[in-house]
This record gives sequence, structure tokens and C-alpha cells, in this order.
Amino acid sequence: MLVVIAGGLIFGFGLAVSNMARPEVVLDFLQFDDFGLVFVMGGAAVVTGTVFALAEAFGDRAPLTGRDYGRRLKSFDKNVVVGGVVFGAGWGISGICPGAAYASLGVGNYPILIAIGGMFVGAYLQGLWRARRAESAATGTSAD
Amino acid sequence: MSGLTPLLVEGLFPNGIAHYALGGLLIGLGTAVIYLGTGIIAGASTFLESTLSYVSDLPRFNKAKYVASRDWRVVFTLSIVAGAALYTVLFGDGWWVSDVQPWRFAVGGVLVGVGTRIGKGCTSGHGVCGVGSRSRTSLVNVATFMLVAIGVAQLLSALGVSP
Repeated sequence: MLVVIAGGLIFGFGLAVSNMARPEVVLDFLQFDDFGLVFVMGGAAVVTGTVFALAEAFGDRAPLTGRDYGRRLKSFDKNVVVGGVVFGAGWGISGICPGAAYASLGVGNYPILIAIGGMFVGAYLQGLWRARRAESAATGTSAD
Repeated sequence: MSGLTPLLVEGLFPNGIAHYALGGLLIGLGTAVIYLGTGIIAGASTFLESTLSYVSDLPRFNKAKYVASRDWRVVFTLSIVAGAALYTVLFGDGWWVSDVQPWRFAVGGVLVGVGTRIGKGCTSGHGVCGVGSRSRTSLVNVATFMLVAIGVAQLLSALGVSP
């Protein structure tokens, strides 16, 4: 749990340093006023990519859980694109995504609670809709 | 030619790039710490579903992997809030409140919630971890949400919605 706390603290600290906790800065990127976000996502991906690759090559198992360091690639289907479109619309309207929203609360931006509440509503509605659809299909196949 | 580069940098990055790059490295480091310790790729949006399992009986939210991870995902999220607060207190210039109109947070938040769950991840899971892993699924997802978000933000801006 200490690892999760340490990781979360660094993650949130980084979101605040990078100003991604400020929706205005994300919107500035999307409107082509400031391309700094490229360095945020790029910088983060370089670190995770390097560490993931090194762990996979030289590491064996994670000390705390015993899980091995294999690549965990999510399978591709049309939902990946549909979800990207819906997520992109929401991100473009609000300038906020889940991780940055939590960090935004930390920098004092209390109105972001509206967005976090909205995300819960959205995730719930999506789950409900999927459950309904699975019921009507009545075959019991997993939707995931 | 020698005068072009600084001009270009200033035009594309009016606020410099140092704090963006540093922040990005830290975001990656936070994810890497958790991965090295636990072998888990910690995306931020699964918290939404796993936390719903506390209050909803829907099987969708009560999958074993969500119930098993929901406690530490709450801790992870609270730590993100605390990490951002720590920066603000130690190095920031005071608490900060957005001027973005509330309806944008409400509508955008709902769409983000729906979209991450359909698309299996968000800016951290796909954008940082997935791109770092050179996952094709994640690259497609990121390219899609990036293009749509740019289009939507530009459209709103053109319609005079600001901020």
C-alpha cells in the first residue's frame, strides 16, 4: 500500500507541476495555443516505456504481488475507437480527464467535483446499459 | 535560420517546455513505481468502476478484479489529490480555481466517464502506459480521442464558448 501511496503522490505532484490539473491548459493545447501537453504525455510515456521494458527484460516478479512483469496489452475491437470518440468529445468539451481531475481537486479547483461526479454518472450509465444489453442478448456471454 | 528556432519555440510553447517535461517525467515515474512494486498498470479511470462496486450491485462493477482492487484504487486516487496539494502548498502560487464554465465540466465529465469505460482506458492508461508499451490498441485509442477532442475544442472556441 505504501508503494501505491508513493506512486499516487508522485503522479499527482507531476500532474500539478505540468499544469495538467488546470483544464484551461489542456484546452489551450486542444486549441493549438500551447503544445506543452505533448511533452507531458511524451515525457511520461518515455519513462513508463523504459521502465516497463527493463522490468520485462531483467525483472522477474513484482515483489509485493508476485505478478510477473509481462506486457499487458488490451485487445483491440471497435469499442476502442467508439470509446475514444466519446472520451475525446468529453475531453474537448471539459479539458479534463480522470487522473487530472483528481489532481485538480488537489490544487484547490473545487468546481472539478462537477466533472468527477459526471464521470461517475457516465461510468454508471455505461455499466447499466451494458448490463441491460447483456440481459437482452440472454446468452450470458461476457461483454468485456 | 538561427532566429527561427526560438521564434518557433515561443510560438508553439508560450509557457516554455520545462515544467511540462518535468511534470510528464514525474507522472511516468509515479506509474513506474507502482508497476515495479506490484506489476499493476495503474490507470486512473478504473477507479470509477471499481468504486461504484461499493454502492452498486451490478455485476458489471463487481467483477473480481474490481472488488479486489477497489481499496487500493481509492488510496491511489486520494494520493493523487494529496500529491497535487503537496505541490501547491510547497511550490505553487496559492490555491487555484478554474474559470471553465460548469456545464462544460458536467457534460464533459459524463462523456469522459462513458468513453473511458467503453474504450478500456483514458489518458493515463492508454496515453501514458499504453503508448509507453507501444500497444497498437492504445495508439489507436489515443489518436482517436486526440483528433476528436481537438475538433470539439476548436468548434466550441469558434462558437465563442470561452472559457
